[in-house]
Parts: sequence; C-alpha cells; structure tokens
Amino acid sequence: MLRIDALRAVYPSLERCIVVTIMGAVSAELQSLGHRPGFFYLLHSMGLASSMGLGISLLRPELQVVVLDGDGSILMNLGALTTMGRYRPCNLVHVVFDNESLLSVGGFPTATATGSDIAGMAASAGVPRTATVRTVDEFTAAFDGALRANELTTLVAKVEAKGPPSFLTDLPMLENRFQFQRHLRNLRAGR
Amino acid sequence: MPVSVKNSQLIYDALKACDIRLVSALPETWLVHLIRMADDDPEMILVRLAKEEEGVGISAGAHLAGAKSAMLMQNHGFLQSVNGIVSLARLYRIPLLMLISYRGELGEPDPWQTEGGGVTEPVLRALDIPYERLEEPARVAHQIKKAQTLAEASLKPVALLLCRDLMWEA
Repeated sequence: MLRIDALRAVYPSLERCIVVTIMGAVSAELQSLGHRPGFFYLLHSMGLASSMGLGISLLRPELQVVVLDGDGSILMNLGALTTMGRYRPCNLVHVVFDNESLLSVGGFPTATATGSDIAGMAASAGVPRTATVRTVDEFTAAFDGALRANELTTLVAKVEAKGPPSFLTDLPMLENRFQFQRHLRNLRAGR
Repeated sequence: MPVSVKNSQLIYDALKACDIRLVSALPETWLVHLIRMADDDPEMILVRLAKEEEGVGISAGAHLAGAKSAMLMQNHGFLQSVNGIVSLARLYRIPLLMLISYRGELGEPDPWQTEGGGVTEPVLRALDIPYERLEEPARVAHQIKKAQTLAEASLKPVALLLCRDLMWEA
C-alpha cells in the first residue's frame, strides 16, 4: 500500500478531525491532498507528534484527534505508548505509517524491518485497540472503525517506502501553528 | 522524608493561581509532594511521563488547545528534554513553564547528582532560556507568576530552578 493512497482514502474523515502529523512524507502528502486549518504538521521533534496529540486529546475531549505518526518517529519515543496507554483518551486515534525505514534521510531500515512490532508494543503498553493492516481497504475499514469505536486506538499501516520528491511545501511552520491554534479556539467558541 | 510540604504547597498554590490546568511530571524526590497535590486535585490534569521530553509535546498540545500547563522535572530531565525544547518549543514558539528541581548544587550528598548540577545553568544560558532560582518562600508566588507571564508573552520556554533551601528541610 502507498501511504498517499491510504491518506486519500480517509481524507474525507480527516477533514473533520484535528490532525497532528510527523515531518517528511506524511506532512507533504497530506498537504498535497489539501490543507485544512485543523491539520498541524510537526516538522521536527521526531517522536513528539504522539505526545502533542495526547495533550490535545486530554484537554479537548469534545474533539476527535488523529495523530499520523511513523515507525521512525514512534521508535524515538516508545515511552509515549505507555503514557497513551495509561490515560487512554477515547478521542485519540494514533495511526503509524510503517515503511520500515527512515525514508526522508535515505531509507535506512528501522527496527520494524527486522521484526519489531509497533502494534504489539502498543498493545503491551496498554493501548486498548490495536491493529496492523496492509491494504488500503483494510486501512480504510480499520480507520473508520477506530473513529466509531470511541476508544484509544493505535493503527499500524504497513506502507511502501516511497514518498514525494520534495518534503517542502508553501505553508510556513508558524503560519500553520497560529492558524491551528486559532482554529481550536474558534471550535471552542462555536464559531 | 524532609521534602518541604509547606513550600511544595506554596509552589502548587502559585501554579493554580496562574490557571495551570495540566501538569506533566516524572517523579523525583523533591517533587513527590507537588505530584501528589496535582494527583489529589480534581481540577488538575496530571500526566505521568515515561521520559521528560514527552512533556514538551504534551505542553505544546495543551497550549495549542487553549490551556496553560507546567512541567515538573529534575534537572537531568531538563537535560533529557533539550531536543524537544529546541525543535518543538522554540521552533514553533510554544510557551513552556518548566519547574526544575535543581539537584547537584552545594549541599548535594548524592554523588550521582553532581554532574547534572554543574551543567544545568550553563545549558539554560546556552539555550537562551530565561530563568530564576526559587529559594525564598516569600517570593515563590511572585516569581512563578512572573515566569508564567513571560512564557505566555514571549511564546518561549521559561525555567524556574527549585533550589535545595526551598525544597529540603535540613
């Protein structure tokens, strides 16, 4: 499965969510499908997208939060799985696009290439719903199921190690940051 | 354990007066009462971390979600968090209120705390993070309010060093 095809398949749902992505291909590909004010792209700080999503979901239980993570990123912050598993916000869906490599820095294999199982680690950390999927149809069904489940979910999507030619977009980081914050404020005010 | 309950309460009350709604923390001896106070407070969201850098992400999420937060950590936890402080908080202009227990200063009996004590302030200065030492109970509330105000106004990290004479009853 290509990550862009998986993103395209769930994009109509993502548009209605608060989305935090990691850097690199995930950010660029989601933006290529259409930026929304509820999308925040964390273009550095590998590992902390999941922690940001946890912070938002704990403070804003009325919002559906989706983190679009990667194997390289979550492997840098495996403790975050235990923190998510401890607090289990039911409005958080944690998607991990697992291409078994650090694609944006040359494709070096991560530990998932030699058998480390992120969904298994999430389950062992206390995340109540986990799954690993390999096709777009499976991914779409599992993602929609996670949104309906109202329970913390880590969904690992095995994807090919392919991405866009460039990770640069025309959305400056701080514009994204302030727009996202304002969007969350307006949602609270009911505007 | 002679960690000061009274001064921990002063600190906690000052955080509450700043409208702090979420505290992230990793246990350390000097922070035990503060963490218990957060845990006992139904109005406070306490997030117990596996490693301190997670707290940078959680505070960033809290800020963008519209809530004030604080981080409780030891100075070694601050040192552990440096990448997140630089490549999230500073890069994205996120205010952080960091309360850092300052181990390894004069009076430190634990040999394993001494290296971290020596580099804490140099690292804060290298990162251009404004900081003050919390030592006198009478000034704690005022200093915490000032730090929180500057963090929110500058959209940057600000640190308060919880010092031995405040936290430890000899």
